[in-house]
Amino acid sequence: MPNARDALFKSLADPTRRAIFERLCREGELTVGTLTGQSGVSQPAVSKHLRVLKQAGLVRDRHEGRQTYYSPQLGALGPLIDWTSRMAGFWQSRFDHLEDLLKRMD
Amino acid sequence: MNQESTETLSVVVEREMPHPPEKIWRALTVPQLLAEWLMKNDFEPIVDHRFNFRADWGSVECQVLTVDPNKTLAYTFGAMGLECVVTWTLTPTSTGTHLRVEQTGFRPDQQQAYQGAQYGWPRFFAALEEVLARID
Repeated sequence: MPNARDALFKSLADPTRRAIFERLCREGELTVGTLTGQSGVSQPAVSKHLRVLKQAGLVRDRHEGRQTYYSPQLGALGPLIDWTSRMAGFWQSRFDHLEDLLKRMD
Repeated sequence: MNQESTETLSVVVEREMPHPPEKIWRALTVPQLLAEWLMKNDFEPIVDHRFNFRADWGSVECQVLTVDPNKTLAYTFGAMGLECVVTWTLTPTSTGTHLRVEQTGFRPDQQQAYQGAQYGWPRFFAALEEVLARID
């Protein structure tokens, strides 16, 4: 699913969003307010980033009373791991071709 | 403070090759040779030079970042939806060259707008593997 992968990469390419996601991974379920605290980013900005992360499937929200809690969805990182192993495989095979070429070169 | 290693996503492939660095450098930088093992290209070993790698499935937009002859070569490389940097490092050994390629995505920006990023992709992968192991 290239569209899902693009959404994931676009979502994580932003360092602020990545930091928000990393913090959720580290600390578990958090509210927007907690995520905003000491972040140096405004609450509306954090909310906007959370919406993008949610669209990419990286966070899930849960409403309880007046609060919304956000939690990380590690399973959504699957395409990233797929990307890593595919790129590693790509370079390994190119190294094989390079060695063939080097044998033929003077 | 060095956060780079924990904030980026990278793929590293290394191999010992029984050839001198100078020869490998030619294979990495002469377009005709590069085409034989990587992809067709209009590469030039000049910093800031923009070039393409072309394959049957499409092309990859690149720009040269570093040229240190026989030692280091780096260029941007957009692959599979992710803007990356590919860095080649050649280290002479007693029997030839240790060749290393590192492809790095998600580079940290100059101004990190949000504090608290120090977790890192290797940890994500470790966490994910744990999750996957539990699913079985």
